[in-house]
Amino acid sequence: MDIILDNIGLYRDGLLKTLQICLYAGIGSLVLGTVIATFRVSPFPPLRATGTAWVTVFRNCPLAVVLFFCAFGLPELGIHGAYFWFGVSGLVLYTSAFVCEAVRSGINAVPLGQAEAARAVGLTYAQSLREIVLPQALRSAVPPLGSVMIAMVKNSAIVGAFGVGGELFSVQARLTSAQGLALIPVLLGVAAGYLIITIPAGVALGALERRLAVVR
Amino acid sequence: MRWNAVLRVGAALAGLAMAVAGCGQQQPPGTDGSTPPVAQGAHFEPGTTMAKIANAHAIRIGTKFDQPLFGQQALGGKLTGFDTEIGRTIAGALGISPDQVQWVEAPSAQREELIKQGKVDLVVATYTINDKRRQQVSFAGPYYIAGQSLMVSSDNNTITGPDSLRPTKARVCSVQGSTPAENIRKYIDPAQLTVFDVYSKCADALRTGQVDVVTTDNVVLLGFVANSNGGFKLVGDTFTREPYGIGIHKGDVAFCTFINNALTQAAKSGVYANAWKKTAGKVTTQMPELPALDSCS
Repeated sequence: MDIILDNIGLYRDGLLKTLQICLYAGIGSLVLGTVIATFRVSPFPPLRATGTAWVTVFRNCPLAVVLFFCAFGLPELGIHGAYFWFGVSGLVLYTSAFVCEAVRSGINAVPLGQAEAARAVGLTYAQSLREIVLPQALRSAVPPLGSVMIAMVKNSAIVGAFGVGGELFSVQARLTSAQGLALIPVLLGVAAGYLIITIPAGVALGALERRLAVVR
Repeated sequence: MRWNAVLRVGAALAGLAMAVAGCGQQQPPGTDGSTPPVAQGAHFEPGTTMAKIANAHAIRIGTKFDQPLFGQQALGGKLTGFDTEIGRTIAGALGISPDQVQWVEAPSAQREELIKQGKVDLVVATYTINDKRRQQVSFAGPYYIAGQSLMVSSDNNTITGPDSLRPTKARVCSVQGSTPAENIRKYIDPAQLTVFDVYSKCADALRTGQVDVVTTDNVVLLGFVANSNGGFKLVGDTFTREPYGIGIHKGDVAFCTFINNALTQAAKSGVYANAWKKTAGKVTTQMPELPALDSCS
């Protein structure tokens, strides 16, 4: 316990850095994932194919591989940037595939009559999606999306190994390897840090789910 | 037909190359000052480690097999490096020629055990002298002072040392949780530091221009410089102090004194400088002198 309290500043900085990564990656992957989901249900075959290919690639590649491409592959191709943004991009690409599938499951849960009625009253495909289908779809997609977001918080630990550093999980290496502190208490502190993010997130998602539930 | 001819010429050339290489090896050692001299008819007081080794005409030296420029084993099994040369120098002082030395691989974590269990007579393996290790083994030397240094691209002239890192806003790379990474924090802002799990990723990032500086012990950096085809260089002096010693059985004062004398002798005769020039000296202009030796106890 003393080990955690003595280094509370380091843990706090790590927690903030992890939150920062998750905030950017969360917003990015929700937006991108939703866009890809609309591709996947689009009546236009090339868009559908693009969406399917996207999900196939990023859902089936290990996150470490995606991050490796972002952090080491892009500079090799002459694309330079901060490792922080490479890491966030990798997390966004990977998570977007799962967000897409969660949103698509939500879209499939909207009764077909809703979309048919929307088209019948003269709304375009984009309008019917934006005004009728997606609002209902996203509501029923909240539980799976919550799981995806919580998984993303935990996946952010891997981002630290790709030059980002300073995030919660990397605190472990600084305290044990560099300062020679005992591993188990240090790791318990790291675990507590992640729980501080994920448990309230789970509670908030539960509340959101109850508020947004579609009453049928 | 044509391919056959090519193969035949290739084989002939390879044979010629091997013959030439063979000629080089057959040259008697010590004639051009590039190999350490072998003491003839050396006599030691009975019962000492020196007498034991000299009588048995065999010495077992522990060293790294994978540290470029200090102790690295080529595919053919031949060891090269500064540590290897130091080991050969000491063997020579005991009257043992370089090819009679039995090399034992001594990875960092096993060095104390190899000495304590008597599996080696001495260890020359980028072995930093510190008090914790002194509780288990004794050290002769130090024969070299390593230290943390900075590696940059060959065309970088703005970074001259650790104090120039903050003004130039240089992006610095090191390994997560390593002592060098903690040391460098004094010289830079947190945002300037990039950390990976291994130094090879830092070297890769330096090559692609994602970072400006890689920092760790100069010995490790020299290995990357050696493999960079002139792409990297070291800048500035070392700014930490890692004295490399020769590990021997704890409390063997006579052997320690003997090794220290051999080192002093090698420094005087130029063997020490030669050993550096033909190994690590190939990739750095820095020319170390034999440091002040610790007293044996």
